[in-house]
Amino acid sequence: MDVQVKERLIAITGSAHARTSTAQKLAYSYDATANFQALPDIVLSPSSVEEIQEIVKVCAEYGVPIVSRGSGTNLAAGTTPTSGGVVVLFNRMNRILELDEENLTLTVQPGVITQAINELVAEKGLFYPPDPSSMSISTIGGNVSENSGGLRGLKYGVTRDYVKALKIVLPSGELLTTGGKLAKDVAGYDLTSLFVGSEGTLGIIVEITLGLIPAPETKKTLLVFYDTLEKAAQTVSSIIAAKIVPATLEFMDKGTIEAVEEFMKIGLPTNCEAMLLIEQDGDPAVVDKDMEHVHKLCMEHGATSTQMAQTVEEAAQLSIARRVALSALARKRPTTILEDATVPRSEIAKMVKAVQEIALKYDLLICTFGHAGDGNLHPTILTDVRDDAEMARVEMAFAEIFDHAIKLGGTITGEHGVGEMKAPYLEWKIGKAGMDTMKSIKLAIDPLNIMNPGKIFAKSTKKRVVVQHE
Amino acid sequence: MSNAQAELIRHSFVTHVDENRLMDCMRCGFCLPACPTYIYSDYDETQSPRGRIALMKAVRDGDVEWDGSIEEAFDLCLGCRACEPACPAGVQYGTLIEETREAVLSVKSQSLKEKTIRKGAFDHLFADQRKMKTAVKLVTFYQKSGLQKVVRKVGFLELFPPFMKEMERSLPDPPKKRRAQAAQTEKKTKVAFFAGCLMDTMFQETNRNTIELLNMLGCEVVIPKNQQCCGALQGHSGEMERARRNAKANLEAFSLEGIDYIVNNAGGCGAFLSEYDRLFEENPTLHTLARQFSKKQIDISSLLVKLGIVDELAKQPQTEATEIVTYQDSCHLRNVNGVKDEPREILRAAKGSLFVEMPGAHLCCGSAGIYNLLQPEMASRILGSKMEEVKRVQATTIITTNPGCLLQMKVGVEREGLSETARAMHVVDFIHEKIMESIGG
Ligand SMILES: Cc1cc2nc3c(=O)[nH]c(=O)nc-3n(C[C@H](O)[C@H](O)[C@H](O)COP(=O)(O)OP(=O)(O)OC[C@H]3O[C@@H](n4cnc5c(N)ncnc54)[C@H](O)[C@@H]3O)c2cc1C
Ligand code: SF4
Ligand code: SF4
Ligand code: SF4
Repeated sequence: MDVQVKERLIAITGSAHARTSTAQKLAYSYDATANFQALPDIVLSPSSVEEIQEIVKVCAEYGVPIVSRGSGTNLAAGTTPTSGGVVVLFNRMNRILELDEENLTLTVQPGVITQAINELVAEKGLFYPPDPSSMSISTIGGNVSENSGGLRGLKYGVTRDYVKALKIVLPSGELLTTGGKLAKDVAGYDLTSLFVGSEGTLGIIVEITLGLIPAPETKKTLLVFYDTLEKAAQTVSSIIAAKIVPATLEFMDKGTIEAVEEFMKIGLPTNCEAMLLIEQDGDPAVVDKDMEHVHKLCMEHGATSTQMAQTVEEAAQLSIARRVALSALARKRPTTILEDATVPRSEIAKMVKAVQEIALKYDLLICTFGHAGDGNLHPTILTDVRDDAEMARVEMAFAEIFDHAIKLGGTITGEHGVGEMKAPYLEWKIGKAGMDTMKSIKLAIDPLNIMNPGKIFAKSTKKRVVVQHE
Repeated sequence: MSNAQAELIRHSFVTHVDENRLMDCMRCGFCLPACPTYIYSDYDETQSPRGRIALMKAVRDGDVEWDGSIEEAFDLCLGCRACEPACPAGVQYGTLIEETREAVLSVKSQSLKEKTIRKGAFDHLFADQRKMKTAVKLVTFYQKSGLQKVVRKVGFLELFPPFMKEMERSLPDPPKKRRAQAAQTEKKTKVAFFAGCLMDTMFQETNRNTIELLNMLGCEVVIPKNQQCCGALQGHSGEMERARRNAKANLEAFSLEGIDYIVNNAGGCGAFLSEYDRLFEENPTLHTLARQFSKKQIDISSLLVKLGIVDELAKQPQTEATEIVTYQDSCHLRNVNGVKDEPREILRAAKGSLFVEMPGAHLCCGSAGIYNLLQPEMASRILGSKMEEVKRVQATTIITTNPGCLLQMKVGVEREGLSETARAMHVVDFIHEKIMESIGG
């Protein structure tokens, strides 16, 4: 980066909030995605919308890439500064601006940590349901930009369902305000939705208004164990078919249970093949009735044992156990690469089986956990980047899982986003018309391609090898 | 820094820092909210566990060239190890930072000999007047409180620049130590007491109280001769060889025959003692011995609870609460040995005082060995917000379980001008006082 540009940028935030040292650049070169890393030229911590506008204007003038970064927990190489440039942080824009109890909305700056939002509204008897496993670390700006899901997605939906209004600094430096504290709004295109999940490629989100709902009265938590994966998967489909919508319906296989137990030491049985974590919340009478019904369905589908959480603390422990699954799996091998394939709920058993077969075929260790109720599984490949031969097989397995998910009517990513990692596969899911439409949107809003370049859109699409499955 | 120098450091990283251990980190970030330096640097990833591990790997892999900014990121780490229990992937951060410091130190001491560079971790401290003043103030306080006696004994003086050594040398000798008597009567539990270098010099009173309490609860206490400082301070700053020497001496000094526990009253010592086996991975005999030794290691709070102190305190007459007591975790006791409930249980059981939990009690106090001397700015920020919490809960007594934390809390009380209303105490002294009050009236 040109010295002059750098100086102009530093002048905007002041040198105390501009990082340029080797160590600082390296610390912002990665996110939670294995095997992707690139150094930025400078890392800035602006304190206001105006500062962000100025940064964007300078970048637009010189064609400098801008990577917005929350806590860097995304799993799609969404914040790696692939083309260098400026990393923009929100550590100084992390205030809660307004809790409006009449309209049930909360307005926040993008740097607020998700969990802080959950805790704040809970104190008022309100509820912000999206709860990605990373909620103790992730920022709301990151959640909105990835349209993150969570453990309560089945019943309550994902981040998009709670975003009411946004303020965005566009690539021109202009400030765009979308939506409002409204229950209804059809004034033109739904720009709020366009920016949700846009992965920092269309603009910088500088303010977010979230919708809240009243907190459920009570909650029950059930653990169910199985001796085969299929039985667990069939239970999931049967629960949905019985018209019960649990708040949470999560799945972990044997390998995941082992890793989690090693960390948590809470006495999870490591001799079973699969486990479901099922929660229902709401009116006590309804919760009891639903959970009884669910329990019956589990037993009918061959559960070997069940365990109902007896206290709030125990229930909290169990959901932590599920939240740490991915990181705990990292214990098994040096490199952890996870998938985010999502299929229609009815196809979950088929997908689980396919993953098992793919692991065998390519001689890989794949452990699976995920939001089974959403049809959103995370087959996680445990491998070693230093082993070229194995990495070649990983890539083939990766592609085959995508291919299979799409064939079942699914998608390549349910909640983690495309980023740089899945960009070469995007066309498989959305086709040429989809790519063309998305590209023209990107070009219209960001003609200079300065907003997170190299993400979502790859230089070239991976060739799709169609694999025959019987 | 010259290319040759950077290359030397990279090689040293390859030799000292274990690649597999680095690769255990999958960069999820779960450790971030647990890390005091991340929090107090306004969420600077450079000052986070994930950032430091990435830096270690980048230096080792040759992705970045070693410079002062990287060195600073490692120097600013408290070594509190709060990142370890927070890490679902089981990353051994404590070992990694020790290996890193060893890697840096081995190159630095070499080049010091060659007189090519004279850039130590301490240089910047003495280049900056303001920092210097804070450091001197702390040092003065430490002298008053008796730390200088310890300094000589531990030998970490060698870490200090020459003039500091001079200063230390001019200090008077520590008073002759009195050894507490082992109990005479028939005892059911037999424990060996690890005196700890700091505890043994500055806090002799606490050691005596420890033994008295143990005797009272029916313990026979032996104090093995020839025991040494645990080696933690050397180990944490990367001087593994010297740490190993102390560890070996202690393994020899403590006969495990007939001993139920090896008890210590310093969280930092206990943590290091419980990990002696890590030091002897290449020596099977010592490794086995170290494991047996570590298995018997226990901290005083846990032992007191096992021996029934809670019931003992419950028997005491109910009196009105005249003080508000809070507890500052010893980071190594909590993060390495996982002991967090026992000290609190004891404090809750004590009569005449009200225990309140202070928000952020689990976060390191900023003492961390000699950290507050080396990184006065960060240490002061951490201590400052710690004292805010103390004030917020209106604590009159701050309890600790480690000499470093105790000193730091004393510094905090002084600095905030709270000495009229608040005091810092070791849990042993506090309980001893409670029990003696009720006996002696
Ligand atoms: C252990 C673990 C568990 C996880 N569990 C889940 C889960 O259950 N569900 C789920 O959906 N995800 C999950 N994730 C993925 C990740 O946590 C989410 O994608 C999260 O929303 C990222 O938040 P962040 O603050 O870390 O954003 P970052 O990773 O920093 O950024 C994510 C994307 O958002 C963009 N961005 C960030 N802030 C802004 C802004 N203000 N304006 C414009 N663009 C911005 C970035 O450019 C990037 O493209 C998990 C990750 C980990 C490591
Ligand atoms: S040290 Fe552990 S918790 Fe921290 S980023 Fe690495 S794997 Fe995650
Ligand atoms: S040891 Fe403490 S200061 Fe160092 S990285 Fe871990 S949590 Fe942070
Ligand atoms: S932990 Fe500290 S006080 Fe205890 S023996 Fe070791 S160096 Fe001395």
